Amino acid sequence: MTIAGLAALTTAGCGRAGADGLTLAGSTSLQPFAETWADAYRVHRPDLLIQVQGGGSTAGVQAALSGAAQIGMCSRALTPEEGARVSGIPVARDVMAIVVHPSNPVSELKLEQIRAIYAGQSRNWRAFEGPDGPITVITREEGSGTRAALESMVMNGTRIVASALVQDSTGAVRQMVASDPRAIGYVSLGLVDATVKALRLGGVEPSEAAVAAGRYPLVRPFLFVTRPEARSVAAAEFIAWITGPEGRALTRREGLLPPPRM
Amino acid sequence: MVSLRVPDRVVERGLALLALSSIAVLASITFFILREGAPLVYKVGLANFLSTDWHPTAGRFGITLMIVGSAAVTAGALTLAVPLGIACAIVLGEMAPAPLRRVLKPAIAILAGIPSVVYGFMGIIVVLPWIRQHLGGPGASGLAASAILGVMTLPTIIAISLDALEVVPRSYRDGSRAMGATEWQTIRRIVLPAARSGIVAAVILGMGRAIGETMAVVMVAGNAVQLPRSPLDPLRTLTANLALEMGYAAGDHRAALFATAIVLFVIIVALNGVAGLARGRVSGRRGRP
Repeated sequence: MTIAGLAALTTAGCGRAGADGLTLAGSTSLQPFAETWADAYRVHRPDLLIQVQGGGSTAGVQAALSGAAQIGMCSRALTPEEGARVSGIPVARDVMAIVVHPSNPVSELKLEQIRAIYAGQSRNWRAFEGPDGPITVITREEGSGTRAALESMVMNGTRIVASALVQDSTGAVRQMVASDPRAIGYVSLGLVDATVKALRLGGVEPSEAAVAAGRYPLVRPFLFVTRPEARSVAAAEFIAWITGPEGRALTRREGLLPPPRM
Repeated sequence: MVSLRVPDRVVERGLALLALSSIAVLASITFFILREGAPLVYKVGLANFLSTDWHPTAGRFGITLMIVGSAAVTAGALTLAVPLGIACAIVLGEMAPAPLRRVLKPAIAILAGIPSVVYGFMGIIVVLPWIRQHLGGPGASGLAASAILGVMTLPTIIAISLDALEVVPRSYRDGSRAMGATEWQTIRRIVLPAARSGIVAAVILGMGRAIGETMAVVMVAGNAVQLPRSPLDPLRTLTANLALEMGYAAGDHRAALFATAIVLFVIIVALNGVAGLARGRVSGRRGRP
């Protein structure tokens, strides 16, 4: 939850009566980005009190339906039933990169191989023509949206091996991978830097072009869900700002891809 | 004592009120974590809660492996910190010349003041790569956490052991020396036994410090929920479980983290109780003139 809006209200000093409020609820993957957008948007609407809550994608859609939140946050495609009742507006795309140490000779894996590694079935880099040595599997904590994304896009219901190291932020995962020549981890594509190497998936480099061409599979949409008939002006303006030039630039800086242009 | 009745009473009341407010904080923390966590244990059952399967997003809330993790890391930390800490206290209290003492004591105080995130960072930069290269495994492990926690526990053990040594009456030492005992014989046979309860309290409080530490452990222990089969295996402690997953936990998952906190709280309260008993014996024996 952000109290940024509240702070803005105080600093603005006007304390305008009947200030607008906007509540967002849903996906925990989207939550930190929504907070960042809300913070930056404060410049334009200092009087608008934006609250961001978690709860998960399904709860986010429910919150939009029930009116508990003006905007539901959903980090997966809407189901047909959901799609019939609410509209999902893409505000960003999250591309997941599988990363290893730069010195690792392995630079390409298949989705099934990544699943086997994370399930604990493949435990040695030798199996992938890498150096002879155990694979250090690094994952995010339970409840993390990025972990949920790996579970849904890669694991297909298989459980992540219990011996996997658990880190609670993308930065910590990247740091671990960067310091261990035998490590493998997953982070948002925008947060891949020179300290780690992003693997090709079945021959496809994770890149914006590959995503646009639909060739890189580890992509999920970030949707803002609203009931079209009940969309408030404030919500529409906020969404327009996020998908506009300023919002898109910020989205990129935060490590996501902006939504495809309409 | 100067008798200023009315102000005295006001001051007394004021102080009592302040003292009570700290108890009120403790009481409200107790109430809060019980209210948030206990219903979950009731709901999912003790068998689930005490199982070895932690998969909260799938309804499995077993914390036993984290109790094991906390116990293992604490035992490892004390293995390092107890001999070192007591030795250091003996040197400081009994042997070191005054100038050395004037340097060592503040140094130890500084050791206690270093933020735990700094210890954790040192662990990531220095300890983990060293373990990975020289001992094997992923580096992040119970061993790494024990080593870091051992150093972090040292100031507690040294300070309280030193207090215990300092209250051993001068006459004990003089008597021993008068009978021809060497300095080491005096320390070993007279001073240490006389200070024993205080040193036990130091160890127990050090244990509480090690169990309660969070940040540094999260950074170096690896946090895998598994039974550690060697010191080189990663493990997860109770505190790490809370710190790692509190961020995005909701519903039963969040309640399970509060239930973890209840277990941690009970352990810490029990340890402090035992330490208090041990220390009480010391002051009881010392008596009052």
